[in-house]
Amino acid sequence: MIANYGYKDGSGDFFVIIDTDKCMECPEKPCVAACPENVLEVMIDDYDDEVLAVREAFRKKVKYSCGPCKPAGKEVVRPCHKVCALGGIKHSW
Amino acid sequence: MAEKPKEYWRWDEYNWRNPDIDWRKAKIITAGVDVGSVSSQAVIMADGELYAFANMRTGSDSPNSAINAMNWALEGTGMALSDINFTVGTGYGRVNVPFANKAVTEIACHARGANYMYGSTVRTVLDMGGQDCKAIRIDEKGKVVSFLMNDKCAAGTGRGMEVFANLLAVPIVEVGEMSLQVEEEPAPVSSTCVVFAKTEATGLLRDGWPKEKVLAAYCSAMAHRVISLLERNGVEKDFAITGGIGKNVGVVSRIEKELGLTALKPRYDTQIAGALGGALFAKALVEKGTKK
Ligand code: SF4
Ligand code: SF4
Repeated sequence: MIANYGYKDGSGDFFVIIDTDKCMECPEKPCVAACPENVLEVMIDDYDDEVLAVREAFRKKVKYSCGPCKPAGKEVVRPCHKVCALGGIKHSW
Repeated sequence: MAEKPKEYWRWDEYNWRNPDIDWRKAKIITAGVDVGSVSSQAVIMADGELYAFANMRTGSDSPNSAINAMNWALEGTGMALSDINFTVGTGYGRVNVPFANKAVTEIACHARGANYMYGSTVRTVLDMGGQDCKAIRIDEKGKVVSFLMNDKCAAGTGRGMEVFANLLAVPIVEVGEMSLQVEEEPAPVSSTCVVFAKTEATGLLRDGWPKEKVLAAYCSAMAHRVISLLERNGVEKDFAITGGIGKNVGVVSRIEKELGLTALKPRYDTQIAGALGGALFAKALVEKGTKK
């Protein structure tokens, strides 16, 4: 499943895109520990699969919580992307 | 005594029962209760067939809204809450349904509900609810393939439409038809925020725009806004719309035009899709032997 957490507002599209099928195949889920803002969590979804998700409290403010990991105009790899060997997580901006 | 101001936003609350089903003959009775921010629905199914439902406005707290919706769905059926084998709570108040055996997200419930309402060919579901809108792609079994939910602001939602109905003093059920009575489609209102859109609409009325044209501009903005969400999530035929805005022909026809796709015609009230999906999840859980 492709889960898009975030929002679209007047300033742009801000979505954290998670491919939960890949996360199901990833037992360690290193992105959770790599996230400095504690944005990510492991949960059991509606189909009883153990997947990665963006915590509820961050879903309406991902632009700000994920902002410091990739300051505008800088070519840096976000920590969650860096540790993900399967390409399970992307950001829309 | 001052007259109470007319509530143009008010939509019909009602309950319904299928007279062709004798629930006493059913092996599995399940229910789904969808407590949304604006409306609440309770659906009862007998052996996986829609038996009864109630659709009403959400009250000041989720537990009571769930209880009231369920009591209304049960009304006149001779069925008691204890006759229901399993209940799933869904919607934003899903964890506050006191009699529910399990909570399931509204995304998964709308997906499964749409599969029942529209058939197994549905691949893209747009749920336009009270305070959020969801774009969901599903498979032939009604399982979610991908989703995107936008609940950051009320534009593009039922609540936004209620605000506009009141502002223009047009009964909410007439908004869609009225918005189509324009010779030429005006530019959409530019604001994506309902508060600013309201200010913009007030300005247009002051400039002499007829109500039809203002509504057309708002319905068009709403359609345009959800299209971009749909496109981000991917659009595939067949396409269906659930939620209260699914009944607004002004928004639906503009979405269809912009997408180049015709939405499937619903067999039931588009507002019950979430609760219906909840009742179907409940049935699957009973069959799997899962309780609480
Ligand atoms: S995003 Fe990558 S690292 Fe994180 S759980 Fe998914 S596959 Fe694993
Ligand atoms: S971008 Fe940074 S804050 Fe956002 S999820 Fe990745 S690691 Fe966490």
